[in-house]
Amino acid sequence: MSVDTLPTTSTNTEHLPQVTEPRNTGMPLDLNWVLSAQANTSAIERRAASLPARRSVKKIYQAAWLLKAVTCIDLTTLSGDDTARRVGRLSAKARQPIAASTLDALGMPPITTGAVCVYHEMIAPAVHALQGSGIPVAAVSTGFPAGLSPLPLRIAEIEQSVAAGAAEIDIVISRRHVLEGNWQALYDEMRAFRAACGDAHVKAILATGELGSLRNVARASLVCMMAGADFIKTSTGKESVNATLPVSLVMIRAIRDYYDRTGYRVGYKPAGGISKAKDAITYLALIKEELGDRWLQPDLFRFGASSLLNDIERQLEHHVSGAYSASYRHPTS
Amino acid sequence: MTVSEIFETMDYGTAPEAAAEALAWIVDQGGRFGHFIDGAMTATGEIFESRNPATGEVLAHLTQGTQADVDAAVKAARRAQPKWESAGGHTRAKVLYALARLLQKHSRLFAVLETLDNGKPIRETRDIDVPLAQRHFYYHAGMAQLMQSELPDAAAIGVCGQVIPWNFPLLMLAWKVAPALAIGNTVVLKPAEYTSLTAMLFADICTQAGVPKGVVNIVTGDGAVGEMIVNADVDKVAFTGSTAVGRRIREATAGSGKALTLELGGKSPYIVFDDADLDSAVEGLVDAIWFNQGQVCCAGSRLLVHEPVADLFYAKLRERMDKLRLGSPLDKSIDVGAIVDPKQLDAIRSMVSANTAGDTHVAACTIPPEGCFYPPTLITGLHPADTLMQEEIFGPVLVSTTFRTPAEAVSIANNTRYGLAATVWSENVNLALDIAPKLSAGIVWINGTNMMDAAAGFGGVRESGFGREGGWEGLSAYTKPKAKPKPVKDVAPMEGSGAPEDGIDRTAKLYIGGKQARPDSGYSAPVWGKNGALLGHAPQASRKDVRNAVEAAHAAKGWSKTPGHLRAQILYFIAENLNARAEEFAQRLNHMQGGKSGATEVDAAIQSLFTYAAWADKYDGQIHNVPIRGVALAMKEPVGVIGAMCASTAPLAGLVGVMAPAIAMGNRVILCASEPFPLAATDFSQVLETSDVPAGVVNILTGPHSDTADTLARHMDVDAVWSFSDPAHDKTVESASASNLKRTWVQNGNAVNWNSTDAKPFLAHSTEIKNIWVPYGE
Repeated sequence: MSVDTLPTTSTNTEHLPQVTEPRNTGMPLDLNWVLSAQANTSAIERRAASLPARRSVKKIYQAAWLLKAVTCIDLTTLSGDDTARRVGRLSAKARQPIAASTLDALGMPPITTGAVCVYHEMIAPAVHALQGSGIPVAAVSTGFPAGLSPLPLRIAEIEQSVAAGAAEIDIVISRRHVLEGNWQALYDEMRAFRAACGDAHVKAILATGELGSLRNVARASLVCMMAGADFIKTSTGKESVNATLPVSLVMIRAIRDYYDRTGYRVGYKPAGGISKAKDAITYLALIKEELGDRWLQPDLFRFGASSLLNDIERQLEHHVSGAYSASYRHPTS
Repeated sequence: MTVSEIFETMDYGTAPEAAAEALAWIVDQGGRFGHFIDGAMTATGEIFESRNPATGEVLAHLTQGTQADVDAAVKAARRAQPKWESAGGHTRAKVLYALARLLQKHSRLFAVLETLDNGKPIRETRDIDVPLAQRHFYYHAGMAQLMQSELPDAAAIGVCGQVIPWNFPLLMLAWKVAPALAIGNTVVLKPAEYTSLTAMLFADICTQAGVPKGVVNIVTGDGAVGEMIVNADVDKVAFTGSTAVGRRIREATAGSGKALTLELGGKSPYIVFDDADLDSAVEGLVDAIWFNQGQVCCAGSRLLVHEPVADLFYAKLRERMDKLRLGSPLDKSIDVGAIVDPKQLDAIRSMVSANTAGDTHVAACTIPPEGCFYPPTLITGLHPADTLMQEEIFGPVLVSTTFRTPAEAVSIANNTRYGLAATVWSENVNLALDIAPKLSAGIVWINGTNMMDAAAGFGGVRESGFGREGGWEGLSAYTKPKAKPKPVKDVAPMEGSGAPEDGIDRTAKLYIGGKQARPDSGYSAPVWGKNGALLGHAPQASRKDVRNAVEAAHAAKGWSKTPGHLRAQILYFIAENLNARAEEFAQRLNHMQGGKSGATEVDAAIQSLFTYAAWADKYDGQIHNVPIRGVALAMKEPVGVIGAMCASTAPLAGLVGVMAPAIAMGNRVILCASEPFPLAATDFSQVLETSDVPAGVVNILTGPHSDTADTLARHMDVDAVWSFSDPAHDKTVESASASNLKRTWVQNGNAVNWNSTDAKPFLAHSTEIKNIWVPYGE
């Protein structure tokens, strides 16, 4: 399929909640609050370990939850060898992530993934391929993944990506600001990124695997939200440790505190390392337990994942047919 | 519900664990159970129903034990015991290992059966109760294997009568049976009448594990059967349950020579400091008070929150409570299951409804229309004076107050008759490790709660009972010394009518709070020498003198915080000063008792001062190997204030031999001197006065033990009473100790050789082991 040929499959995004949340405007940096944040690693690990055993989702509930997970996926390709046609193929999968026959059997209308996530150079082909689908294009930015290019270039990159049609910008923070304890610099940087995004939503990637401690994760989460992040996101997928349940617990508890104090709901995106349907259910249960049902919609929750979708497809087919499924039976992205 | 509807609501639905296999097992057993005696199930007798508290349905019928059943079980245990003990540690290790393996092989059957019978969520039985029970058998298989090399002087006590509660039926069985069997004891166990089914399944696997017949006997029935076991011909009683019943057992076994361990109630503090990870501390409460519906003796049921974060913490807690899911215990997504029995539900209801103080928040969860359910409840704004801050509710009800300073937190935390467990949340290692030793509790959890393992002792102080279960410290509750003791000699005071041999009258006084004191009664009794001469007068201590001595001992509480090195120096100094007057003491001993053993006895006293001076800085605690990233510090702490009735014989060595270990470990003592030969003790107070012993650390009373023993043992502010005196006082001491369930140590008519004592038992009785769990990780 050429990128010039629009897919003819009809897609329907009415099932997606329309974004009705007021955008987080941010607030002045409150260092007292930031520095009072604590994260007890052992206790957080215990909670993370016991949660999957505390919540079990079975049968049609499991099918419904997996479909929800699909709608929350930022279907992603972030490779040096990405091409326009490759992105076209990914976008086609984003439009129809689950086979129509499976959806029919489940009594579900068509669904799409939450977004397609690419590098700047791939925004145009993605926007083109997703035209009319309602699926936003997210672009990683600001010198992704290390974020160490000159600040003006990083800001310019955001502006160009927005101009190219990205509706969501996934920025990377300067990890050194966290490691040096320079919260003001982190706040100022995030503020500048947010301003450069304009109407595009901004996701702040903390690269939690490089922040050294869960306490730093908690503090960086708060600072980014104070500086106006619409979403906070764990990782680039390029660090050696990406999304984990303990890190997620820390970040979503920060989101909850921020909501309790400001009334703004900030979204959460775990990225990297979530590849099994069972993990997706656990993450959704974690969000449901710690943040509440409102966050279980794609405007406030996303998975940054590429191989997760295929496992969910297999589980859903199993649910419909009663027989375990194989990867090759499901269209690749 | 359709998929597309659930897609919108994102409800959990239900995830029921199948009960078919467990129900089929009950049917296979005929649905009616007799007792397990001498390796076989007996025919059923008078039966009672065992119900599923979540539904009210009858699960099975159990037999109410009779005196004949208990007698048969004890007889079988008695018959089996010598062979089981002589079979050796390795043989027992193999059997315990088989039990551990069988518990694993049938783990789901045990878990489902327990949930059906008890009402606790399947997640808990599956992930906590059954794995911990397995762990206990593995751990004690190891203890059986190591016993010969590591505890060469220990022997089994004999037949153990064990009575266990309904809140952790299988786990409490494991805690009781595994250590007893490891050492070579045999058992007669009574499960709680609400929850006997997993014990019946355990009986089934005992046969498969090759447990010899008679080694494990299980008799079912109500409290009356428990009473029969306590009063039966058993050598040891181990009980877990309420403080009220524990007190009755203490009274019933007094003077019987039966060893006793009690694991009783609690009202454990849960302290949250302002620098804690508040969200984690909130989650900890879910594991503390909403674990097993709060029917947990060590539940963190008394929440103490630092004022700066109190409002924020309560808000977070209420929000968390509203997320708890209550319902069918077999549902895998349930946090809170059913209360064990309608009676218990009524008890919780009536306690909570009688309370009018504070603000009550009831979790916003739906209560099933049928079954015994009680919603998670939080009552804030209470004060220590409120009943619910003092009394154990044993349900999912958390009560709370606030504190201003760490010192105030400790003071409120310790303002309780109980002392089982405590929890401290703080990110400040200085604060947490400062608070933990100050809490009156057998277990302290830092930044976590309800962590348990076979390698760490579990048990309390104060009215939470005595003895430990688990760890090396738990084993001593199932052992006795191998050496056969000699009976204590009956000693009468000398008689006479003569005048004093010395020129000037000497005035012996009591020694209280570092001062020589006249007896409150104003009475003294003559002490005659072997030759009939008047050696002097001994003051007759009475109730008031005991009271004064206890007050003085409490005033000297700083002694417990002194370093071992300082205590060692003072003990050496006492030895030095006693040695300087050795000849005079030897003479005094010879005059009082006749014979010429005085010099030997003085030497023994000096030796024992050296021995315990040596131990003062060497009786170390342990770090237990528990399965967490962290440490469980088994700290040896002084018992507190100890009253001791000293031996009639060895008036000096028997006094010093009791004083030295006690004060070496940081206790303060009230010593009731040898009744027939009191003057060595009154002379000794002069040695103490010149040896830098702080006032109140050692107090010496003279006079009849029949008066002082009862007063000391009944005294609520005394932590332990020991008796080496006339065995006639044993019963008084043990029975009166039930007042506050203080520790007792009596000799049951056995003599102690004061010229050469084994230090270990004295050191063990001078200390309590507190396990402090410190998980770490950044």
